[in-house]
Amino acid sequence: MSNETIDLKTRLITDFHAREAVMNGEASSEFHQKKRAGLALFEQLGFPSIKHEEWKYSNVRDLISVSYDFNAESSIGLTELEDLKVPEQEANILYFVNGRYNAELSAIISPVGQITISSLADAYKNDPAKVASFFNELTKDANDAFTALNTAFAQDGVFVHIPDNQSVEHPIILRFVSDAREKNVGSQPRNIISVGKNAHVKLAEAFRTLGDQRSFTNAVTEIQVAEEANVQYYKVQNESENAYHIGTTQVRMLDRSHFYAGTVTLNGKFTRNNLNIVLDGEHCDAHMYGLYFPDGSQHVDNHTVADHQKPNSESNELYKGILRDKSKGVFNGKIFVRPDAQKTNAFQSCKNIVLSPDATMNTKPQLEIFADDVKCSHGTTTGQIDEEALFYMRSRGISQPEAMSLLMFAFCADVVSQIKIDSVREYLENVITQKLASK
Amino acid sequence: MRITFAGNYHELSFKYKSVMLSINDLRASIEGKEILKGINLEVKPGEVHAIMGPNGSGKSTLASVLAGREEYEVTGGNVVFDGKDILEMAPEERAAEGIFLAFQYPVEIPGVTTINFLKTAVNEIRKYKGEAPLDAAQFLKMVREKAKLVSMNDSLLKRALNEGFSGGEKKRNEVFQMAVLEPKLAILDETDSGLDIDALRIVAEGVNSLRSPERSTIVVTHYQRLLDYIVPDYVHVLYKGRIVKSGPKELALELEEKGYDWIKAEVEAVG
Repeated sequence: MSNETIDLKTRLITDFHAREAVMNGEASSEFHQKKRAGLALFEQLGFPSIKHEEWKYSNVRDLISVSYDFNAESSIGLTELEDLKVPEQEANILYFVNGRYNAELSAIISPVGQITISSLADAYKNDPAKVASFFNELTKDANDAFTALNTAFAQDGVFVHIPDNQSVEHPIILRFVSDAREKNVGSQPRNIISVGKNAHVKLAEAFRTLGDQRSFTNAVTEIQVAEEANVQYYKVQNESENAYHIGTTQVRMLDRSHFYAGTVTLNGKFTRNNLNIVLDGEHCDAHMYGLYFPDGSQHVDNHTVADHQKPNSESNELYKGILRDKSKGVFNGKIFVRPDAQKTNAFQSCKNIVLSPDATMNTKPQLEIFADDVKCSHGTTTGQIDEEALFYMRSRGISQPEAMSLLMFAFCADVVSQIKIDSVREYLENVITQKLASK
Repeated sequence: MRITFAGNYHELSFKYKSVMLSINDLRASIEGKEILKGINLEVKPGEVHAIMGPNGSGKSTLASVLAGREEYEVTGGNVVFDGKDILEMAPEERAAEGIFLAFQYPVEIPGVTTINFLKTAVNEIRKYKGEAPLDAAQFLKMVREKAKLVSMNDSLLKRALNEGFSGGEKKRNEVFQMAVLEPKLAILDETDSGLDIDALRIVAEGVNSLRSPERSTIVVTHYQRLLDYIVPDYVHVLYKGRIVKSGPKELALELEEKGYDWIKAEVEAVG
């Protein structure tokens, strides 16, 4: 472990205590006690090295070798954001710049009332007990340094609470912008989403970077999905060549609920996504779609968990990647079928196209099945573009680059088509088309 | 610079009549093994040539080499199409020049609809020729007409290219693509393989509906039955990488009756 590694860890711990010292009575609140526990866990675990089984192929040494300003001010306005935008549609749009909610840029259009859509900071001001009761509930058993670090420093993010039988008509789009034009910036957004019985919501997290300095985002999202609820959750990362992103999405599903996740990593220096779904109910279905598209020396790591705890539920997973240049991809998909979870159906597939001899893909399906009456399958493929398909297209007059683009777009299509927020899907189609045309 | 003759095609056609495709001593190998050992063939506009021969004689290799399949290495000879040597051209350039290969095994391409695929192909070829792309309405109108011409069901157009198509649907899709792209030279590689007699007839009718005095066809087939429907002007027998016999359409009937052994014997006798 280098001195600098100790530096970032020590610096964060010192920073925490400095903040705590000026908190007065708030330090004894339930919210802060949870944060303090987070810090203690982070202190105990430290940043993971590649000796850690979960981090074997993803080395954070580079990420933690510098310091970041976690409180950076930003003068960012709508003009600067213009080119970072996702095409508009009627949606609740919440901007977070360097991790903090920006009310001026944001527009919450769903009627105020029973449904709460607000920043975490505002929600906490209004109802500290309620926010504290949800905070870190799903992630409390996570033995993960970055999640613990986020818990310790959680300040802002989104707080969405949808009571039973309510639905949010317009999607909720969260835009996290790192303003790294002047210095290395860090942010640790914490999103808490609680969806009541038979409630419906679609939401998307979009991460962007402005500027060429480093950005480090350590994001955690907790999503509670009550009985019969339907949640569609998308995460889109189109960050800079100097963006480091660690994110965990922790989901808990109850009886007869439906959860759809789409995780699309278009750009970023180093990305690690953890998507952990606990199927804690019967007759649930969880769907996980992922797409990643690294080039240059980018690194994308997706770790997923489908944890079947009750009988009669289904999980279905499809991750796809196209790797170019010297990029690296990692996929680790865990399926747990607990002893009670009879009649589970769990499917997993990870398909990759490696376009360069210098690119690498590590895939690891991991199935742990403790029930005997289950259907599980997994498969991974890593290959090149289909030469026969390429020749077929060329023999019809389609140039090689155009044929490659069409084939790769088609490869991405079965993930992209799963994204049910129109503006987000169209945005992805545009960016992917451009990215395919660029090489 | 590319010169296109718009409007006066017929005045010029006498020139094309002389020869459209000229294959001279063509030799090709794959993985160091020579498959084509000196092919000579001339095709004039409007003609239909059948290439027959036993399995492994090099029929499909010839079709592939003409279309530009890169696994094959051309080791000798040349191929002149419309006055241009095509062997240095990429497959897409050959297609734009007017060569079409109907595949023996059409490829399934999930995620790309037939219609989108064809629109890209049509407009890429138009770009090559210096023509403006067709807009969506023009393209759709044209495609519908062509689909009708070759009895192609409209509903297949919106599906992913060949994905889950039956053998007959795949072959019909090949002929449909040919109708849309309007090649000067169509090469049908074992188009009859895997088809029952009804599917064969429909596909052949499609091909026949596209016959014209300007369009030539090379039919590669093992069996004579396709030639009952697509009647050739000439029949060539390919054996061990060479054309060992050529004749009128009756040669196909003779082969049907007597098999290939007598041809093999003839060749071996000559040495």
